[in-house]
Amino acid sequence: MTDWPWKRALIIGASSGIGEELARQLARGGCRVALVARRADELTRIAGSLNAERGAGIALTFPHDVLETECVPALFQKIAHDLGGLDLVIYSSGVQPLLQPEEYDFAKDEQMIEVNVLGAVAWLNEAAQRFGRAGEGTLVGISSVAGDRGRRGMPVYCATKAFLTTYLEALRNRIAHRGAVVVTVKPGPVATPLTAKMDQKKLPLLITADKAATLILEGAKARRNVVYVPGTWRPIMFAIRSVPSWLFRRLNI
Amino acid sequence: MSTLEITSESDAAPVPEEAAEAQQPAEPVETAADTVAPTEEPPAPVAAPVELMPHDRLERVEAWGMNTAVVSYVYRPTTLDGIYAVFDVARKHKRTVGLRGAGRSYGDASLSAENICLDLTRMNRILDWDPQSGIIAIEPGVTLRQLWQYIIEDGWWPPVVSGTMTVTMGGALGMNYHGKNNYKMGPIGDHTLEFDLMLPSGEVKTCSRTQNADIFFAAIGGFGMLGVFTRIVLQMKHVESGLLSVDAFSTQSFADIIREFEARMDKADYLVGWIDCFARGAKLGRGQVHAAYYLHAEEDKNPAQSLRVENQELPDSLFGIIPKSLMWRMMKPISNDFGMRLLNAAKFFASNTIGNHKTVRQSHAGFAFLLDYVPNWKFVYKPGGLIQYQSFVPAATADACFTEQIALCQQWGIVPYLGVFKRHRPDEFLMSHAVEGYSLALDFPVTARNRKRLWEMTVHLNQLVLNAGGRFYFAKDSTLDPQSTAAYLGDETLRKFFLLKHACDPEHLLQTDLSRRLFGSYDE
Repeated sequence: MTDWPWKRALIIGASSGIGEELARQLARGGCRVALVARRADELTRIAGSLNAERGAGIALTFPHDVLETECVPALFQKIAHDLGGLDLVIYSSGVQPLLQPEEYDFAKDEQMIEVNVLGAVAWLNEAAQRFGRAGEGTLVGISSVAGDRGRRGMPVYCATKAFLTTYLEALRNRIAHRGAVVVTVKPGPVATPLTAKMDQKKLPLLITADKAATLILEGAKARRNVVYVPGTWRPIMFAIRSVPSWLFRRLNI
Repeated sequence: MSTLEITSESDAAPVPEEAAEAQQPAEPVETAADTVAPTEEPPAPVAAPVELMPHDRLERVEAWGMNTAVVSYVYRPTTLDGIYAVFDVARKHKRTVGLRGAGRSYGDASLSAENICLDLTRMNRILDWDPQSGIIAIEPGVTLRQLWQYIIEDGWWPPVVSGTMTVTMGGALGMNYHGKNNYKMGPIGDHTLEFDLMLPSGEVKTCSRTQNADIFFAAIGGFGMLGVFTRIVLQMKHVESGLLSVDAFSTQSFADIIREFEARMDKADYLVGWIDCFARGAKLGRGQVHAAYYLHAEEDKNPAQSLRVENQELPDSLFGIIPKSLMWRMMKPISNDFGMRLLNAAKFFASNTIGNHKTVRQSHAGFAFLLDYVPNWKFVYKPGGLIQYQSFVPAATADACFTEQIALCQQWGIVPYLGVFKRHRPDEFLMSHAVEGYSLALDFPVTARNRKRLWEMTVHLNQLVLNAGGRFYFAKDSTLDPQSTAAYLGDETLRKFFLLKHACDPEHLLQTDLSRRLFGSYDE
């Protein structure tokens, strides 16, 4: 159990996967956590087990659908007030509907843009504004290695993660000089509900959500700009990014 | 579990400014979407619109000791209406209000995390000054610097001053601050003739020893829990010269320094002791005393000159060459246990030899405002900051209690870098920190490594103080817990105070992080 440098954290997308593990590890380290996600029953289950383990009040729940972006400013203020402060904000919501090789489905694409992009902007704008004014605080966005290249199998998913990577870099350029920390997290495949429907044997370097959460928090604690999860992806993605587009097109990756 | 009552469906519901701006360009798209998928459900009920607290008021607010920082919505009104408007904002948004002056309390006394910080520093007008009687009426944001500079050339000096002149008088009254003459002059409350207190309801109550006396004795030292001082009337002290005669000499133990203080209490106008907290064994408690005496007009060659503000000013450089603003950086390399041990030892050696029983003349400001000699000296304690642990112990038990305190610190390996020793007398204010006895103020460095142990150690220090019948002071406190606080104040005092709190502030709008730490949210 690590002693994290944060006392109060907000996790959006905390009802499953990496978000849930982040919440558990933070709470176990004594950090108060506000859990935001759509499914109230899942949040209650997680908060219940954390409050039983670490004492009542360590986890607060705020059921919210990230599609309702207009609610975010007021909810963000409420969460900061209820927690009594805010040192860490993690946007962990993300969707990746399965897509057939020849499939074009606007409904799926729209959902990805809404959750992975618009929801992220609604929440992280609030976080960046606050941390920029306060001159401290850690903002973490869960992007993906998928954002590093436009891959044939998942055009819009890759594009949403590329958006997030660029957006987080820009936020960092805005507020890092004032003392705030902005961390771009790029996980490879992680065993979560998001990847559960995929053929897990085909997923390279698959790690557990528990492991991923530890690596993310350690990277954020070290105030790293970009955290690959696991770190093995950094040289791999460096190589893959270096492949010229005409060659990348001919590779089945 | 909490949910938020917001509906975005209805156009009729007024939306906050930012949201309205963001929505306008998107409107045509929304109508298009509506025609594609007509809604079958009846329109959602319109909940009360949630108004946002203004982002541009968010600021990081720090304890003076840099040991804690919070984010608050900071308001800086300049008028009574402005103060009232802040309470209205608090009411509307269900936030509490913490009062703050110059922010010179070492701990969380003026912090108000995620709530409203009502900063009174801009209410800094001197309302009335009568150089015949020495009575001055001021707003709460007037600083001690403003005050003494305004009156000294008429031959007056504040009867009670702190070690720094940067404090506001509103804060001074809220904490009922004391000086190096507490044994003789009491706290600032003893020289307060009258004040106006604005309650959160907007009502302004004039309080004095004869009018609303219960509030008078509770609001002074009431750490901003009852209302906002909006007008303060103080009696100044007449001085014949701008100079003091200051005698310095060394002492070898707590018993020794107490003996020296007791022998001088009726003659000396100011008495302050310094303790070398690193000295152990037979030398434990060794230190130095400064005793100061007002000069009579005939002892001063030219009182009219010595009373001038420009002749009171502190030197602006060290040895005439090193700018003061650089000094904390020069002290940084010795800001560790080893460096501070040497510095304390060297200071004691100097005071025990060449400086022993040396008498000098010093200006009032030069003697009083020792903490202002090195601007930002607290930066020496960066990045972790410092806490000050000050306990007030009856004279009979002081020697044993302070000796044990220092021994305990040395045993724990967390030794204070500075110890300051003063004599006090009890006063009639409800939440008083004073005793017929002595106080020892200990400056502890806070680091990421020692922080947890330091707080643990203060629990043991508290026990020593409580066993000795001692008290504590909110302006300095960072570590007290509800049990120790209740133990030294007593149930009767707390009951009286909370009755007044409930009468003056029934909504409990006035809260600080300190009040929540020591007394909860007053909800019980």
